[in-house]
Amino acid sequence: MRKFKEFIIEKLILFSGLASIFFVVLIFLFLLKEGLAVFKTVGFFDFLLGKKWYPISEPARLGILPLILGSLLVTLGAALISIPIGVGCAVYIAEVAPLKIKEILKAGIELLAAIPSVVLGFIGMVTLVPWVKHMFKIPTGLTALSGSIMLAFMAMPTIVSIAEDALYSVPKAYKEGALALGATHWQAIYRVIVPAASPGIMAAVMLGLGRVIGETMAVMMITGNAAVIPRSILEPVRTLTATIAAEMGEAVVGSEHYFALFAVGIVLFVISFAINVGADLFLHKENK
Amino acid sequence: MRNSKQRQKIAFFLLFLATLLIVIPVGLIVVIIIQKGLPAINWQFLSDMPRKGMRAGGIFPAIVGTLYLVTGAIIFALPIGLFAAIYLSEYAKENFLTRVIKLAIVNLAGVPSVVYGLFGLALFVVFFKFGASILSGSLTLGIMILPIIITASREALESVPQSFREVSLSLGASKWQTIKNIVLPNAIPGILTGTILGLGRAAGETAPILFTVAAFYLPRLPASVFDQAMALPYHLYVISTQVPNVDEKIRYGTALVLLAMVLFMNLIAIIIRYQFRKKKKW
Repeated sequence: MRKFKEFIIEKLILFSGLASIFFVVLIFLFLLKEGLAVFKTVGFFDFLLGKKWYPISEPARLGILPLILGSLLVTLGAALISIPIGVGCAVYIAEVAPLKIKEILKAGIELLAAIPSVVLGFIGMVTLVPWVKHMFKIPTGLTALSGSIMLAFMAMPTIVSIAEDALYSVPKAYKEGALALGATHWQAIYRVIVPAASPGIMAAVMLGLGRVIGETMAVMMITGNAAVIPRSILEPVRTLTATIAAEMGEAVVGSEHYFALFAVGIVLFVISFAINVGADLFLHKENK
Repeated sequence: MRNSKQRQKIAFFLLFLATLLIVIPVGLIVVIIIQKGLPAINWQFLSDMPRKGMRAGGIFPAIVGTLYLVTGAIIFALPIGLFAAIYLSEYAKENFLTRVIKLAIVNLAGVPSVVYGLFGLALFVVFFKFGASILSGSLTLGIMILPIIITASREALESVPQSFREVSLSLGASKWQTIKNIVLPNAIPGILTGTILGLGRAAGETAPILFTVAAFYLPRLPASVFDQAMALPYHLYVISTQVPNVDEKIRYGTALVLLAMVLFMNLIAIIIRYQFRKKKKW
């Protein structure tokens, strides 16, 4: 009897172990199931590279190039801001900060990771957006730039904590060797420790940017949501994620619009999958 | 030599500056929300239905809705997550399958939250015909927090020393008895920490519940798991972007309640972790 009970439990454990694979596949299958239907009416390349997104006009124009460019622009801006600051902060915490301050800084960064994105979006709306409007004297502060700044901020916890882990796991002997040869602490950091940790730092940056591309609520609240091909970082843009969040509520289940939004979901899923597999390869390389 | 010393000083100062650029805004955000939100908080705000198209009254149904969703998510995710962690820490061998499972967990954690919303809509709302309901929303959130629970529980299980298991096995206990009586009890604080962090994440997410459960305005409490419900993060989104002329105080108040809820859960997790580290016997 006991043997039988244990047999059942161990099977349950095995199935749960496989659950993650099951769910990833299930998510992808259901996105495909609902999303591929759009290609009955729109060509694959017309969808990806079409310049007009007018999902509810008659006939509907379903080109997601403006949305892809919107996401890319916001992400690029966020990358330019978050990579130097995030990696700098990670180096400071891992190498320079005194032990007590280190704990406080880490807690502060964990705190940032815990703040819900809708709260950050709200704060962005009432502080950052008016500031950008005033600073650049433009008609609205709901721009790609505001989105980039906010997203850079939201990518920080990921970048800092993973990069800090990578820096921390560089063998102490490397640093001691460099110092023994007469290098200053800073020379040891940028000539020895940072290069040794670079695969991990790469992974940190990739995962941070993955967070940025997938971020939805804050971006929807502060980028202005204009689905046109962006010409400047000071104009409103619409990202892939915001499009789904803003329009799915009104799309009729089974309509062309509904299928098209799922196809946008496929694009997002594929991007995040590529980023995560890539980052995993970098982290794996580091462990070897 | 003098030159390189000076360069180090400048470099360290710049690194310090980068750190401040992150930490100061975090502090400011929390302070602003507390300062402007606190005047809105009173018993009526927390326990009343919203009135006048959400421009007055309280946020009670949103709080209750979020609590329901979080509870549902954890009921679904904790058993699966815990068993999956046991598999990875106690049973899995270093092989291709294990590598694929780990990769799947990483990917599950990286799927954009709005894609979870789409998935929940396609699977639970449309395919299983649960409709937009607490059930659909909870299940969607549950799958979303699964990787958090698995990762934290696995770390907790793996940090139990190998010798504990060997002693138990050598005394004639079976593998499952060893896990149940020796490994699990020693890993409980870590598992709890992970669970609470998952709860916090589920409470704060908006995109996964947009099309699976969230009601724009529903001034009553949900009667069953097949009802729609209001939820705090969605309510904050609605009153700050969709409804014009909402008193600033109500917005900040709602943001404060949501933030306090999430941070409170994180605080509990940190305290458990800290207490556990202090008491650790090995």
